[in-house]
Amino acid sequence: MYQAIVFLPLIGCLIAGLFGRVIGPRPSELVTTLLLFASMVLSWIALAQVGFGHHDERIVLMNWMTSGNLKVDWALRIDTLTTVMLVVVTTVSALVHLYSIGYMHEDPHRPRFFAYLSLFTFAMLALVTADNLAQLFFGWEGVGLASYLLIGFWYHKPEANAAAIKAFVVNRVGDFGFAIGIFAIFMMTGSIDFDIIFAQAPALVGKTINFFGWQADALTLICLFLFMGAMGKSAQFLLHTWLPDAMEGPTPVSALIHAATMVTAGVFMVARLSPLFELAPTAQTVVIFFGATTALFAATIGLVQNDIKRIVAYSTCSQLGYMFVAMGVGAYSVGMYHLFTHAFFKALLFLGSGSVIHAMHHEQDIRHMGGLKSKIPFTYWMMVIGTLALTGFPFTAGYFSKDAIIEAAYAGKNPMAIYGFVCTVAAALLTSFYSWRLIFKTFHGKPHDHHHYDGAHESPYVMLVPLGALAAGSILAGWPFYEYFAGHHVADFFRASLTFAQGNTILDDMHHVPKAVVFTPTVMMALGFLLAYQFYIRRPDIPVSLAQQHSVLYRFLLNKWYFDELYDFIFVRPAKWLGYTLWKRGDGWLIDGFGPDGVSARVLDVTRNVVRLQTGYLYHYAFSMLIGAALLITWFMFAGAH
Amino acid sequence: MASWPILSVTTFLPLVGVLFLMALRGDDEAAKRNARWVALWTTLVTFALSLMLVWRFDPSTADFQFVEKARWLGGYASYHMGVDGISLPLIILTTAIMPFCIIASWESVQKRVKEYMIAFLVLETLMIGTFSALDLVLFYLFFEAGLIPMFLIIGIWGGTRRVYASFKFFLYTLAGSVLMLLAIMAMYWNAGTTDIPALMKHGFPHGLQTWAWLAFFASFAVKMPMWPVHTWLPDAHVEAPTAGSVILAAILLKMGGYGFLRFSLPMFPLASADFAPLVFALSVVAIIYTSLVALMQEDIKKLIAYSSVAHMGFVTMGIFAVTSQGVGGGIFQMVSHGIVSGALFLCVGVVYDRMHTREIAAYGGLVERMPLYAAAFMVFTMANVGLPGTSGFVGEFLTLIGTFKINIPVATLATLGVILSAAYALWLYRKVIFGKLEKPSLINIQDLNYREIVVLAPLVVLTILFGVYPKPVLDMSSVSVEALIANYNQAVGGKKTAAIQFLVRD
Repeated sequence: MYQAIVFLPLIGCLIAGLFGRVIGPRPSELVTTLLLFASMVLSWIALAQVGFGHHDERIVLMNWMTSGNLKVDWALRIDTLTTVMLVVVTTVSALVHLYSIGYMHEDPHRPRFFAYLSLFTFAMLALVTADNLAQLFFGWEGVGLASYLLIGFWYHKPEANAAAIKAFVVNRVGDFGFAIGIFAIFMMTGSIDFDIIFAQAPALVGKTINFFGWQADALTLICLFLFMGAMGKSAQFLLHTWLPDAMEGPTPVSALIHAATMVTAGVFMVARLSPLFELAPTAQTVVIFFGATTALFAATIGLVQNDIKRIVAYSTCSQLGYMFVAMGVGAYSVGMYHLFTHAFFKALLFLGSGSVIHAMHHEQDIRHMGGLKSKIPFTYWMMVIGTLALTGFPFTAGYFSKDAIIEAAYAGKNPMAIYGFVCTVAAALLTSFYSWRLIFKTFHGKPHDHHHYDGAHESPYVMLVPLGALAAGSILAGWPFYEYFAGHHVADFFRASLTFAQGNTILDDMHHVPKAVVFTPTVMMALGFLLAYQFYIRRPDIPVSLAQQHSVLYRFLLNKWYFDELYDFIFVRPAKWLGYTLWKRGDGWLIDGFGPDGVSARVLDVTRNVVRLQTGYLYHYAFSMLIGAALLITWFMFAGAH
Repeated sequence: MASWPILSVTTFLPLVGVLFLMALRGDDEAAKRNARWVALWTTLVTFALSLMLVWRFDPSTADFQFVEKARWLGGYASYHMGVDGISLPLIILTTAIMPFCIIASWESVQKRVKEYMIAFLVLETLMIGTFSALDLVLFYLFFEAGLIPMFLIIGIWGGTRRVYASFKFFLYTLAGSVLMLLAIMAMYWNAGTTDIPALMKHGFPHGLQTWAWLAFFASFAVKMPMWPVHTWLPDAHVEAPTAGSVILAAILLKMGGYGFLRFSLPMFPLASADFAPLVFALSVVAIIYTSLVALMQEDIKKLIAYSSVAHMGFVTMGIFAVTSQGVGGGIFQMVSHGIVSGALFLCVGVVYDRMHTREIAAYGGLVERMPLYAAAFMVFTMANVGLPGTSGFVGEFLTLIGTFKINIPVATLATLGVILSAAYALWLYRKVIFGKLEKPSLINIQDLNYREIVVLAPLVVLTILFGVYPKPVLDMSSVSVEALIANYNQAVGGKKTAAIQFLVRD
């Protein structure tokens, strides 16, 4: 069964990819979508069996690489952590497949699109079922490839191509760290299998690695490098620049890859490697720092963006920061909880945005929208549900998971935890504000573009059904699962798939925080709503004048803290300059100039002056080389031999 | 064991094809067609024969197999052939790539077809001979003679600057080989034999090892090519005809790596240990330097050529780490690079045949008209980037993981190459394949024809197959690799203990 979950999407991908042109677009869509739904049903069964029925499994498919003491198998590791991810991935993917049938119906390249979607799903499933670091890396880069292909799906758009390359290369920066982490683990334990690494991890405490002369604590160094990979994939502060650009891809792609599944791979990785992170408190501090910073930083940018998808993208970035805060304080199951609920409401928001964009004929700027509530009421209400869940309105899914993270951050013993608490609370306010801003500017008020407004129409059922399903998930994924992810059944539910070190009592402590802390996020949510209401419904002139008064700050946020410009200046241009210089000066002037060209020129000079014979010049310089070199080496050899 | 000299037959079978070709007369279409078919069948039969080697090969021993020995040159040297797990993968690579080269030249070569095919078949014999020779003199002969057909292929069927390129190629490689010849002479004076298995056990004095290592290094480093003696490669590639580039990238470069494994490590272990830091430094420089340079190329072939230098950097790094993963990964990387870079050059050939330019700027939006081509090119691009699931990943991963244990800074800096390779390879892909199809010259460009599909499809399959199941190659070489490493460690370790005892006695 588990093999079927993982490989059905691959089969779908191959059918649509190889034979799509033969069988036509509609069969390609149906085959991939049906296979995904099958995979989804099996995943829910798997969750019931493994999570509630306690049937962990490890299935070896075949050997991948064997070299010396390095043995790597293709294997499926089925435990609760895996099955939670299986459910998230297959459910969102199946709904996105279905939705895409409607959203992409005008596109001539639908078989290719569905093949990519299924390829992505396969890679993601390989990632979450990985039993060793190499297979994790396979899935990791596989989803990167699919993401690259899907962002650049409309290959005739230069921005899409640029965004696709940027996504791949920035992710590769993270993968650089990931790879070093794998190498270091292999050096220290002689294996990259999870079981063996985890068993050996306690023995690594206190050991050091000499890293460029720095005697680094082995586990800290390993965890930091692995976390670098997570930062790339999950678009954390400093390596986040690719995610907003990735919105150039079709909207269903953004929902599936850049909201619900792929970007959470980093969170999953930290959870999977909890036995290592639990032993490296310094690394945990760093995780909290980056998570908290991202949560707040991305939210500030989200305040002023005007592209509907980019707002949701920065929101994703910010929410991923929340998850990392939970991971950093050691509340792994809580982070997974937010991952689980977030997948539903963020996919809902993206697909809802897609429905808006579809209705508006590919208009994405919220300044050109307004008043759409009456035109597309179903989409409106779905978006409202998504927003309620995202902002943490009581009894929605986000309310439980997000509040749990904030409480865990407050209760955390790590010195950085309080920073995490402050940032996540502040981000809660901003989240509420920008989310409602999006709703108000899009659906309320007066239409700003009558041409588009008049043509706006509700999407077909094939798109609305997934919205409804995700909206149900945005509410139902919360309370029923609370006890398993953040309450009393965590140990029983996750068992060995998550490790909580001795003395890590966070799951207990978070239930004993002051009442004020429990209510803070809800207050923030309400405050953000009221602010947005004041700014965008009652007094739409305020934001305009504010932006004018603080134009420096406004432009700073609008331009995303100038990270793109900064990176261009620090990395891209120097690399290009260096490449050009090494090529022209290094290869051309230095090596060739003093090497073959120089030698042949000198030899020619000599032969011209001394020999003055008109024979072919190959012989001259070949012989001069030969004789000279021979003399030299003979001398060296006899001098050296004695 | 075979009752007939299967290895020699495989080696010299292409020469039989040459005899047939020589018998062909005339310069009309029919003669050309015959020449092509004769060459193709010769390479196919050779390939089939070489598969028999795989069939009968015993991977559980590190000894040489299919050994043939005969007196030669009045007893000073001998005709001694044999293979082990290090040379066999490279022999198969050679015989497997050759038919692709012939098919790739089917239409693009119209000038002196017969001579062209003869050059390729002679080259094949010399390459197989290089990998299976077990006598220094014999090896040297094969190794050096291989220069001549390649020189001719570039010089006669090459592009506009072919004379410059072929002389540069010749000058570099000649300089290296002269030094190697001197080292061979010195080794003969010292050991009294040119028999490779005997020399492996000989144990040369440390001083001689140092000089001989350097002399061999000069030759192999040029072949590899390592930085800073790599500048012949981009020029040679650019000017060579497609099939020439394929052979150059897929096989001739591997002779350097093979040389390190066959001579430098087993015969001069002490010197290898001494010079490993040098090799590491040059490898890391090669990986980063050439990747940066590749970023700025305007010519498709040059870009791929520079990326080859970077990939060979992983091989040298892995080999001189002398760990199972380093050496095993190095051999695998050589095979994988043979497939992938060969395929990339074939891909360049496909569009070159249509457009007669290699300027990146002359292309764009090809996916619009050539979806099949775009798909194949994507697979090879990803393999070049080292994406897991393609063969490119396994080699890079193993060499890096094997080197990290030995030298953390080197492996870390080399890993930076994965970022740069993504940048240049995807940039190339975007410029050539993606974007709008706007250039008027490209409006009517045709997708792959059957002949081209026949060439590229097997390579796509192999690239992915070896990515998810590299076991055939890794297992073939593993025992020989372990034996090589054990001997090396014994030699180096023995020296160390001796030095310690010496110090204690003082």
